[in-house]
Amino acid sequence: MSDRVAIVGVGWSGFRPKTPDLSYKELMYEAAVRAYADAGVDPRRDVDSFVTVAEDFIEGTSIFDEYVPDQLGAALKPVHTITGDGLHGLATGVMLIRSGIARVVVVEGHSKASNLLTPDTILAYAQDPVLNRPLRLNTHFVAGMEMHRYLYESGTTREQCAAVVVKNRRNALRNPLAAYGADLSLEEVLFGPPLAWPLGKRETAATTDGAIVMVLAAEEVARALRQDPIWIRGIGWCNDSPSLESREWGNLPYIQEAAQMAYQQAGLRDPWNEVDVAEIDDTYAYKELQTLEALGFCGYGEAGSLLESGAFDLDGELPVNPSGGSLGVGHMLDATGLMRTLEAVFQLRGEAGAHQVEGAEVALVQSWRGVPTTSGAVAILSN
Amino acid sequence: MRKVAVIGAGMTRFVRRALETPKELSWEAARMALESCELTMDDIDAVCFGTAPDAFDGVHMNGEYASDGAGGWRKPFMRSYVGGGTGVFVPIQGWYHVASGMFDVVLVVAEEKMSSYYPHAQAAFLTIFDHTTERPLGPNLLWIFALEMNRYMSTYGLKKEDIARVAVLHKRNAAAHPCALLGDANITVEDVLNSEVLAWPVQRLDVSPVSDGAVAIVLAAEHVAKRLTDKPVWIEGVGWHLDTAYWTNRDLVYPRYVEYAARMAYEMAGIKEPRKEIHIAEPYDPFDYKALHHLEGLQLAPRGRAIELYLDGTAERDGDLPICPSGGLLGVGNPIAAAGLMKIAELFWQLRGEAGERQVPGNPRRGVAQAWGDLMQVGTVVVMGR
Repeated sequence: MSDRVAIVGVGWSGFRPKTPDLSYKELMYEAAVRAYADAGVDPRRDVDSFVTVAEDFIEGTSIFDEYVPDQLGAALKPVHTITGDGLHGLATGVMLIRSGIARVVVVEGHSKASNLLTPDTILAYAQDPVLNRPLRLNTHFVAGMEMHRYLYESGTTREQCAAVVVKNRRNALRNPLAAYGADLSLEEVLFGPPLAWPLGKRETAATTDGAIVMVLAAEEVARALRQDPIWIRGIGWCNDSPSLESREWGNLPYIQEAAQMAYQQAGLRDPWNEVDVAEIDDTYAYKELQTLEALGFCGYGEAGSLLESGAFDLDGELPVNPSGGSLGVGHMLDATGLMRTLEAVFQLRGEAGAHQVEGAEVALVQSWRGVPTTSGAVAILSN
Repeated sequence: MRKVAVIGAGMTRFVRRALETPKELSWEAARMALESCELTMDDIDAVCFGTAPDAFDGVHMNGEYASDGAGGWRKPFMRSYVGGGTGVFVPIQGWYHVASGMFDVVLVVAEEKMSSYYPHAQAAFLTIFDHTTERPLGPNLLWIFALEMNRYMSTYGLKKEDIARVAVLHKRNAAAHPCALLGDANITVEDVLNSEVLAWPVQRLDVSPVSDGAVAIVLAAEHVAKRLTDKPVWIEGVGWHLDTAYWTNRDLVYPRYVEYAARMAYEMAGIKEPRKEIHIAEPYDPFDYKALHHLEGLQLAPRGRAIELYLDGTAERDGDLPICPSGGLLGVGNPIAAAGLMKIAELFWQLRGEAGERQVPGNPRRGVAQAWGDLMQVGTVVVMGR
């Protein structure tokens, strides 16, 4: 991209599986205050536009956009909501800056998943009301079917999927923000309770609460604000068919297209050799492997054996989800893309501590909105 | 800043109860917009979608569900959302998609289906209020707008029979709109004053109807627009502002958020004297007094005096500043997000001289459209010119 956009400040609150002591507004406020301090900006004076990502049913409030401005310092300012993943929010921030209408943009995403008493019932409302919902199936069945098809077409094994869980939850032990760090054996994952065959419950990310706020700035502002801005070199997003009946199951064409868009902007030709660290979707363990292939890091059906060879370990050739990913940190609903971006910023600044990838210069972040959607985004960041 | 043009528009009829699903409504409008500029989905680089609360359709992640209907299949697709202001925000979203240089041709679709909600869509609005301080009181939108209308009337000493003229003009204008739900060439002030009282001072004919419908437009970057059409309509200015969620702490007499949004759009468009430089206004008019409220926020009338535009004929189709020549929400109908985008489509047709029976005389050169939403909180403004 010619007009460069950078992340100049990050803030977070949480992450914890339950936050009965904090409202979503308090989580947002804490994250925002941190991000503004990190960037050295005053939201009332310096920020031109605010973007949040949220979905009504998750918040339990219709038109949730209403309750966003105050705790971000955004009242009577340009604010709008994107009903997408955090990476869609980030892409929106990039577009606002590149259009010239804003020089500094704040992007917010949060998860108050512990407030959801009946998450599966809410998720069922995302199924097609005519064709699918009357079957009364738990929406995770979509992931079970997809995993089945992916294993069948690619030759990936259940053991390889389970190994993703072992890797990510071990990585999480080194990450102080992660809620689900654990030292599991392959057997413990494989012989855990089933969720939707062949998908097991331990191969599915549990949720966590938290909020993430990022401050984006145009190049000249970014350089004035700090020495080490993190550049958004490319960002792409794409949807496939929302209908279960007409989508592809073994492949992720929407991730391929989103990646191509981001790669083209970043001038990236060879992701395997040019990317130093990747934070990608692992809502379900098999997704990490399927996504690595869609991103072009390796051929179809090759990610599993590369994983077993240790290539994606913290000290491997391409560390994948050094944070612990959604399996280790916890799934943060639509804030997930921002959670992964936060980790990428830590890595590129060299602030990741015990899970730092040495010499990381280019990071890839990818996110998916979860079942039953086919909506994903990819970003390339560099220091 | 890249110049962005509207090059095509399409809309479905606005009806009380559509038989089509939200996907089908979206596609019907999208197809018409594409055909109007002789493009196909192959020419579209990205899709922007607008629809108001998911509660209407009872579909979680409604944008994802409707995405293929709106054309968002194997395309970059995003849904933006600012409550009732969404209809005039999606074109802004489309604008920044193109202005950023990331896309050349973008399809913008706004769809709303309110009839699925049983027994009445109004109940969906019970869940927009603060869950701790307001929701236990069981407020509905008509009550809070009754509060606001009362405040507006009592502050400036306005009469109900004057405000009713807004509803009369808009519904009469809508009689010439082929997609209108409540056009009525013969409606009178007495009809409005004699209609059922809903929440004093709001009566049934002061309010726009619940409706189903969809609208779509096609946006293009300058170099593409000039190749595709001889009559591009440029997006000259965009603005949006969101005020605090604590609406009870604000003076409801004046929509400051609309003023800020308008000033943002005017500055971008280089407009210094809006009343002189704007030739058509499509302010958001879900209630008749709201049109007045918003005309003041848009700086098209001094505070408390927007009604004069209606009393002296300025607001009429052949007046000095035609207001809602489409028929507005009061006449064409109010499928929330689609209603806002309908105003953009109306300006597109008016500025190209393609509005047929509704055409404003005198070759208007510039228009403003505005929507408002959330908890009496957000203003979205687009200035278009040829």
